[in-house]
Amino acid sequence: MFKINRKKVNDKQTALQEISPEHREFLRKVKLRKTIILSTQLLILILFFVVWEVAGDLKLIDAFITSQPSRMVKTLINLYNEGSLFYHIGITCLETVIGFTIGTVFGIVIAIILWWSSFLAKVIEPYLVVLNSLPKIALGPVFIVWIGAGPASIIVMALTVSLVVTILEVLNGFLSVDQEKIKLVKTFGANRLQILTKVVLPASFPTMISSLKINVGLSWVGVIVGEFLVSKGGLGYLIVYGGQVFQLDLVMASVLVLAIAAALMYQGVVYLEKLLVRDNSQK
Amino acid sequence: MGNIVELKNIGMIYHSLNGEIIALENINLSVEEGEFVSIVGPSGCGKSTLLSLISGLLKPTFGEVLINGKEVNGTSNEVGYMLQKDHLFDWRTIYENVILGLEITGTLNAGTKEKVLKLLDTYGLYEFKDKYPSQLSGGMRQRAALIRTLATDPKILLLDEAFSALDYQTRLAVNEDIYSIIKKENKTAILVTHDIAESISMADRVVVLTKRPGTIKNIHEIKLTCKKRTPLCSREAPEFRHYFNQIWKELDVHV
Ligand SMILES: Nc1ncnc2c1ncn2[C@@H]1O[C@H](COP(=O)(O)OP(=O)(O)O)[C@@H](O)[C@H]1O
Ligand SMILES: [Mg+2]
Repeated sequence: MFKINRKKVNDKQTALQEISPEHREFLRKVKLRKTIILSTQLLILILFFVVWEVAGDLKLIDAFITSQPSRMVKTLINLYNEGSLFYHIGITCLETVIGFTIGTVFGIVIAIILWWSSFLAKVIEPYLVVLNSLPKIALGPVFIVWIGAGPASIIVMALTVSLVVTILEVLNGFLSVDQEKIKLVKTFGANRLQILTKVVLPASFPTMISSLKINVGLSWVGVIVGEFLVSKGGLGYLIVYGGQVFQLDLVMASVLVLAIAAALMYQGVVYLEKLLVRDNSQK
Repeated sequence: MGNIVELKNIGMIYHSLNGEIIALENINLSVEEGEFVSIVGPSGCGKSTLLSLISGLLKPTFGEVLINGKEVNGTSNEVGYMLQKDHLFDWRTIYENVILGLEITGTLNAGTKEKVLKLLDTYGLYEFKDKYPSQLSGGMRQRAALIRTLATDPKILLLDEAFSALDYQTRLAVNEDIYSIIKKENKTAILVTHDIAESISMADRVVVLTKRPGTIKNIHEIKLTCKKRTPLCSREAPEFRHYFNQIWKELDVHV
């Protein structure tokens, strides 16, 4: 580990010695620009919260309705002291992860089946199109009646939201694999399974990862709506409960936590993508 | 030396919703072992179809294709196919790309692995074996694609406009390169191209096809006075122009 790192640093240093002053100036400017962009972004965020806080203190806005950063923090601390903050965050995150994992896996498996049998794909196509345009949220009450008002319904909700999109996206990816690449393995006598494993799956790997990215977002929608309906625990429950008892501090604090959790999970998938998809076009 | 490939009264019809397309009609052609045959013809005249028939990817509507006297029925290890682009998989290293055919035919073992490494070594790709295709030049990629084809040890090589994706300079070099490899490995080769000069420079015979439905218009025995027959040297032979003009006229190119 350390050795590799050291070597990289050395490479960079030798590279630095070779570059011209003009190029160094260019690099400096690029870096400067990056720093300015980042600090502006941070500034906007800080300004937003400061203005919100001050406006509340000066009674420019009604903090009872709009809440206030300091009140949100207080609410979070209270929740934490009660021991329920991470309970709710945990439930929601777990439901989301399970939902999008199952949605992605099932979606890919079904896409493989449909790729395998173009007859089945043709038969099912209109149904998929209708299901895709149906707002899956409408099925929420159905799931609750069938499966019960608990996490299982919420997970089913989340996976329903992402499943059809995954099937369509991934199948599309499979079908757009270069026919000449398939011809190539056919010249070696490849059977359908070999065409799938040697060409179609690896070639569509980036498509699958990008559908994973879309699914994370969709699963959050499914989970939060599910929690609205089931109302037993999780961030969605806190939001809906806070709204009902007119505790906007709780609502806003939960939304804030939700935003952070969703962003972190998305970054996690982006990181996973970096790990899995080798960037062979580099170097 | 006997005929390794025989095409007898081949006809090929494609069916589509827009109707039938007669791609090939009444093709009779024999290729001797070790021979290098080029096929030229206007685009859409059925050249790729002809190669697909020889490789067993397609079955002819009429007539029969014989390889070593036996009727072709599906793909076999006897025939190696090189497509227009190298189609190296960018998720595989060069070595992993080259053994693709062996993996698919289930013939990957210590012996064949060693043979592949030897091929890579002989043709100057050994040190690139763990690199990815994007790290290689166009010429090297084409060579890797040829080694991938040679790995399964086919007797016959089919090259479908295998060089047309390369720029002119690289193409001349790759012609030279691939030609010498094919000769050294003692393969029979059938090259489809729309480049008249390329077809003459590499082949013992040039087959000229008519436009669709493709039939054989003429077959030229290429006899050039060269010290040693290589594509570049062929291009300088005095007879080269003569063949070029004749084939050019037969192709009847209009713009
Ligand atoms: N799978 C197919 N279905 C219908 N028509 C085809 C098919 N493949 C090729 N053709 C038609 O057959 C003719 C010959 O095609 P091809 O062998 O690819 O020509 P070439 O390689 O000489 O350009 C073309 O007109 C093409 O449109
Ligand atoms: Mg063609």
